[in-house]
Amino acid sequence: MKLLRRLVPHPFLTLLLTGTWLLLVNGWSLNSLVFGFMLGLLIPFVTQPYWPDRPRISRPFKAVEYVFVVLADIIQANIVVARIVLFKPNSQRQPNWITVPLDLKTPEAITALAGTITMTPGTLSADVSDEGHCLLVHCLDAPDPEAVRDEIKQRYERRLMEIFE
Amino acid sequence: MASLFEFLVAAFLVMAGIFGLVGSYGLIKLNDPMSRLHAPTKATTLGVGGVLLASMLNAAAFGKYFSVHELLITLFLFLTAPITANFIAKVHIHRQESRETMPSAGEDDHWATHDTPEDEEQRNAGRPDAAQ
Repeated sequence: MKLLRRLVPHPFLTLLLTGTWLLLVNGWSLNSLVFGFMLGLLIPFVTQPYWPDRPRISRPFKAVEYVFVVLADIIQANIVVARIVLFKPNSQRQPNWITVPLDLKTPEAITALAGTITMTPGTLSADVSDEGHCLLVHCLDAPDPEAVRDEIKQRYERRLMEIFE
Repeated sequence: MASLFEFLVAAFLVMAGIFGLVGSYGLIKLNDPMSRLHAPTKATTLGVGGVLLASMLNAAAFGKYFSVHELLITLFLFLTAPITANFIAKVHIHRQESRETMPSAGEDDHWATHDTPEDEEQRNAGRPDAAQ
């Protein structure tokens, strides 16, 4: 078991790389599956020393749910932003900085949260605080900054907590 | 049946075009640098996503194969787009803002972009175990 752990340090990364290789080949064949799997074994093994203290992903299926929640939000919020850009005069728009206190600790999880915030329209993550306790988010139109902050914490951070910690 | 697929492909393309156009228009219309950054990052999501959906549908309906390269484009786009946006935001914070004009950083003192080597020394001075 210990030997297996050392030979296959990131089982999920192995699966992900195999899948990515199959997508790159753009077709299904046993050949490419085997070659993709070999790459999936080799790359994590070689890069292992460069990624110490990686977080443990305790509930990977939660990540699938998270992806779909974010995709749905992106579509819905794109329409909201298009409306603001097209129909709202600049004088009525209230751009705002928001400070989001973070409960997440691992850099990987914070990066995922920052990426999600940027991809969901209307919000943009700009910076972290010097010791990594807060995230600076810019809002395109936020009459109520507290509500946006609570939504980020409720919708995204809570789910990321479940995945990463 | 074929005309239904043609209709769907066309609809996705038109939708993508509209969102792309709105993104570009936003760049002109919005009036402060940080807000302007919102418009193009959004065009990449639904604008490019629509084109990719249309491309996949087209390959499946009229080509004789399934094309999945588009999923990879989406994946790489989602990995890289937030980083470019973040870099531009950081440049803005560097050049247009100072510590005083930024909102409070909660329990910490300031934002990482405004961190200086002196700050780091000060932080490390408080911790005897910190590496020199």
